[in-house]
Amino acid sequence: MSEPELRLRDVIERSVPLENSSPVRTYLDFEKPIAELDKKIHELKTLIGDDTNESMRGEIEKLEEKARTALAETYAKLTPWQKTLVARYTERPHCLDYINGLIEDFTPLAGDRYFAEDEAIVGGVGTFRGRSVMVMGHEKGSDTESRIKHNFGMAMPEGYRKAVRLMEMADQFSLPIITLVDTAGAYPGIGAEERGQAEAIARSTDCCLKLGVPIVSVVIGEGGSGGAVAIATANTILMLEHAIYSVISPEGAASIIWRDAEKKEEAATAMKITAQDLEELGVIDGIIAEPVGGAHRDPKGVIDATGTAIALALAGFETMTPDQIRRHRRDRFLQMGRNL
Amino acid sequence: MNWINNVVRPKIRSFLTTKREVPDNLWRTCPVTGNMVFHKDLEANQFVFPGSDYHERVSAVDRMKMLFDAGVYEKVPVPGAATDPLKFRDGRRYPDRLRDAKSATELDDAVVVGEGLLDGQNVVAAAQDFRFMAGSLGMAAGEAIIAGMLRAVERKTPFILFAASGGARMQEGIMSLMQMPRTTIAVQALRDAKLPYIVVLTDPTTGGVTASYAMLGDVHIAEPGALICFAGPRVIQQTIREQLPEGFQRSEYLLEHGMIDMVVHRHKLRATIARVCRLLMKPALDKAEREKAPAAPKRMNGKAYAKADAVAPNERIEDPAASQNEAESVVEAEPVTEAERFEPKRTGTKAQKSEKAAEQTQAQPPKSDA
Repeated sequence: MSEPELRLRDVIERSVPLENSSPVRTYLDFEKPIAELDKKIHELKTLIGDDTNESMRGEIEKLEEKARTALAETYAKLTPWQKTLVARYTERPHCLDYINGLIEDFTPLAGDRYFAEDEAIVGGVGTFRGRSVMVMGHEKGSDTESRIKHNFGMAMPEGYRKAVRLMEMADQFSLPIITLVDTAGAYPGIGAEERGQAEAIARSTDCCLKLGVPIVSVVIGEGGSGGAVAIATANTILMLEHAIYSVISPEGAASIIWRDAEKKEEAATAMKITAQDLEELGVIDGIIAEPVGGAHRDPKGVIDATGTAIALALAGFETMTPDQIRRHRRDRFLQMGRNL
Repeated sequence: MNWINNVVRPKIRSFLTTKREVPDNLWRTCPVTGNMVFHKDLEANQFVFPGSDYHERVSAVDRMKMLFDAGVYEKVPVPGAATDPLKFRDGRRYPDRLRDAKSATELDDAVVVGEGLLDGQNVVAAAQDFRFMAGSLGMAAGEAIIAGMLRAVERKTPFILFAASGGARMQEGIMSLMQMPRTTIAVQALRDAKLPYIVVLTDPTTGGVTASYAMLGDVHIAEPGALICFAGPRVIQQTIREQLPEGFQRSEYLLEHGMIDMVVHRHKLRATIARVCRLLMKPALDKAEREKAPAAPKRMNGKAYAKADAVAPNERIEDPAASQNEAESVVEAEPVTEAERFEPKRTGTKAQKSEKAAEQTQAQPPKSDA
């Protein structure tokens, strides 16, 4: 699939949102210098009010320029651990933001038909750029209440069984599937184990691999281990520029391998979890650029760019038969790592 | 000597010491009762401690020997895989750790794949070795599992997996995670070819292994008391900060919760697997038989055969190959008879049973699980 992939890459690059518009109110730890500059600018602005003092205006512009370059410089060389923080950032657009921004007539579907409804994975049918699709993903929630409701995006077996149900329905009605991945991992708890978390994940991966409709996955934040793979075993896997995808969290790896949770920064680097690393390893097909300063500084821009990338990826499968689509997916995974 | 051991260990050790014929500890202590058992006796008893029935972890090679007829099997070649995709360092280079594990276990990686006869039937089997970096699933292990499953498809035989793994191999990061979908593709190949896939879950089977091929078998068998889970007890305890229930995530717990079909004592494992394989493969084998019927001496044509269940057994007695195999299955389980000294009563009845079974015609598959 060399042809469609090339076009995909072109558009991803072209769709880079250049301007960041909306101001942010909170900052990550490593953004402190930028936060101070922004604060100073804000103070100056309120100080002069509507005054048209030329020198003051010039001063503000200078400061703004400085803040912009500082931000650009910081984000141009984020360490893997800093990327982890960005990927997990609470203000980052989450699954439902993407669904609301990209899907018309979104009709959520609920329940696994066996036990319960798990809102850690949301999904349903809707219209994406003129075609009916099945869309699903991990939702982390955006405030305390919704975070609890969605269990911080950590699914129970029910969530994965619901995903299987929706995927099979999509296959039944020939709907392409879009999955948005953003989870720290499947929930580790007594109930989850009791009801077969492992089996639910295995079946979900299994289901992904047998479908005759195309699946496009986008890791929009955190791709956490088996909990992510269960719905990310796709024909095309894309990642946002500052998203991460890993077999275990950096903290987990640090405490297991280094036997010291404080070594998380080292672990994040050694594990090769960034979108750029994964593209090099051939695990993902493309990277969707984020605005300078991360997706949360221009959610609309990043959601649109993601939509464009998904549309392009889907277009590549339009002429393929279900068998070809299935084979494409299986070959993609079987070949993975064989040329490393 | 300690310091010199530390310095020269991995590379030179293999030169200095030849294959260790005598294990360091001749006497093994049962973790349940504290009884001392001579290691040869333990081995003869399939690494099950007498009295407590505690199932000790078994190396992949011992697994294979216990499974196949007379312990004979042929290794299935496994394509090579990249050894250090991430150039992983955690104080030590990952290739150094690998080399250590290789020299300590005399294995290429955590999975051994073999083919041979199980009770006269052709099977392909793979066993994971927990001693090799906790049986973790990396690229090489993934390739081995896939190669084994595809070999079974090629040979049209059942595939038996002995799972034992701490989960993903973290030193291979995302490439390890990708073995979950990759191995699942091979499971689907088995399924498409309508071949039985028997998973034997042994202590411990956790993480990404449980969450992929180890939970996708047609029949799930677990050894008693094995830890089988997705998230380990420690992780769960840290998350919920509660005491975990007694026996949580053990084989018996999984049986109760519908995740596995049966918990089987190691002594009966071989017979159980053989029986399940035979039952599941029978229609396919019968069909194959019928298809090559003209050459066979059978006078019964395809049609008559299909409805003549009562006649079929007589016919099968005359089949020398089949009867030989069946007989073998009954007299098998050598290690169990050795165990007599620990459990005279039980093994005694077993021996009787198998004698009885041997006298019977080949009409029924032997019921004895000995």
